[in-house]
Amino acid sequence: MDIPKINIENLNLFIGKQHILKNINVKVPERKITVILGPSGCGKTTLLKTLNRLTDLYPDFKVSGNIFINNANVLKLNGEITQLRQKMGLLSQRPYPLPMSIFNNVAYGLRISGRKKKRILEKRVENYLKQASLWEEVKDRLNDPASCLSIGQQQRLCLARGLAVDPEIILADEPTSALDPLSSQAIEKKFMELKDRYTIVVVTHVLRQAKRIADNIIFMYLGEVIEQGSAKEFFENPQQEITKSYLSGTFN
Amino acid sequence: MPIRRKKIEEEFFKSIMLMATLIIITALALIIISILYKGLPSLSWEMISQTPKGGFYFGKEGGILNAIIGSVYLSIGSTMLAFLVSLPVALYMNVYLTKHAKIVNIIRFFLDLLWGVPSIVYGAFGFSIMIYFGMRTSLLAGIVTVTLFIIPIMIRSMDEVIKTIPKGLLETSFSLGSTKSETAYRIYLKQCVPGVITAILLSFGRAIGDAASILFTAGYTDSIPTSLTQPSATLPLSIFFQLSSPIPEVQNRAYASATILTCFILIISISARYFSKLFNKNKISL
Repeated sequence: MDIPKINIENLNLFIGKQHILKNINVKVPERKITVILGPSGCGKTTLLKTLNRLTDLYPDFKVSGNIFINNANVLKLNGEITQLRQKMGLLSQRPYPLPMSIFNNVAYGLRISGRKKKRILEKRVENYLKQASLWEEVKDRLNDPASCLSIGQQQRLCLARGLAVDPEIILADEPTSALDPLSSQAIEKKFMELKDRYTIVVVTHVLRQAKRIADNIIFMYLGEVIEQGSAKEFFENPQQEITKSYLSGTFN
Repeated sequence: MPIRRKKIEEEFFKSIMLMATLIIITALALIIISILYKGLPSLSWEMISQTPKGGFYFGKEGGILNAIIGSVYLSIGSTMLAFLVSLPVALYMNVYLTKHAKIVNIIRFFLDLLWGVPSIVYGAFGFSIMIYFGMRTSLLAGIVTVTLFIIPIMIRSMDEVIKTIPKGLLETSFSLGSTKSETAYRIYLKQCVPGVITAILLSFGRAIGDAASILFTAGYTDSIPTSLTQPSATLPLSIFFQLSSPIPEVQNRAYASATILTCFILIISISARYFSKLFNKNKISL
């Protein structure tokens, strides 16, 4: 395995008395697509949210363990949480555009990190919209509100917005579950192109999607990591019984 | 269930809703018609453009310009003051205190309690504070009292709008690296502008229409206040004093004053609606 970008050690998460994530030990390699796979409700999304500490927003979440990103312990970090989050772009299950124009959606992250010159902003916004394959569709109406885009376009806008803060990691939480097949394809294709430059972590419960895009798989079931490793190994030669039955569809 | 019974049930509930709506509309219409019917004949340019002359309250000449100006000063002043406090509190409750749901609920409970306190109690409270500071009835004391009175209304109505924003938008904002204040003022506020405007309007309506809280604090005078330390007349009190006169002409003038007050609120409502539409375009539908 390559050098891990994210290294999770002994991660436990409780919501009240419920044990949601059970002793997770996972390594995520750099510049690959890592797919977190598993049935609904097994803690995939929660695991993703612990990475950029969105779990902080929920009162009854208790997290213990270590998450190292670039050798810094995310969970022990004091202050600087905004910088940590800027290193990770997030795509959520359904797109949440900001309540502003298309242009300002992409420029938002740049502005709050202090880049305010109009010419630079314009150049960068164009660049990131192109990277997210949205530029051609919106270049004539950059000042329209983001809410008038279709859901598929909104998701690509969110991708552009996430890329604009110049992250090292892209976290995607079932990014295509609300999208039509064509938009889903566009997002998947984008991930394949982007993995040369970014470490991408995708949560999905769609087996076929995992097969299409994954380099590396983390298979979860009921809050535990059952199996992890390269996608090739995982699909061709699963080690655990649970994995085998999940892959063959005889799972219940 | 047989289809016939369903139909009867449907008709039954439909008629209840229709009846309730009709009762409300009729009541409102009756109020407005009776105000206009008695007020319009007495309404004149003199009413709006002059202060009361000697003997105004006995049916002699003069107008209620003092009360109009006083009410405008008082309600705009207190609405602005309340806004300065309410917006940060409402945003704080929803952005900073997300981890402390219990505290937020306690705050909401007390605000609802304060909302229900009769305005005369605020008047008495304002009055006791005035006495403490050795102040006399003044525009300032009126503004402060009315501000206290409308703050719970404003905070809670803003809060009701802000709390409908889904957590996803909060997560999105944080994951882009925004701080809490950036999330509050750059994103939450933009999403809620129409709701915030409605909250301001609602509070303004209460401020301009309330008589009890200003009875002891703003006082009453026949002249237009020129500084914050002078007492000030207001439309609700002006209506009250004219209505309690035994002279029919003066009573009719009270209705004319009520017409003016109603028109004020109408103009404010319509313009607020217009402005909130202007800001509505960026709002994302959730």
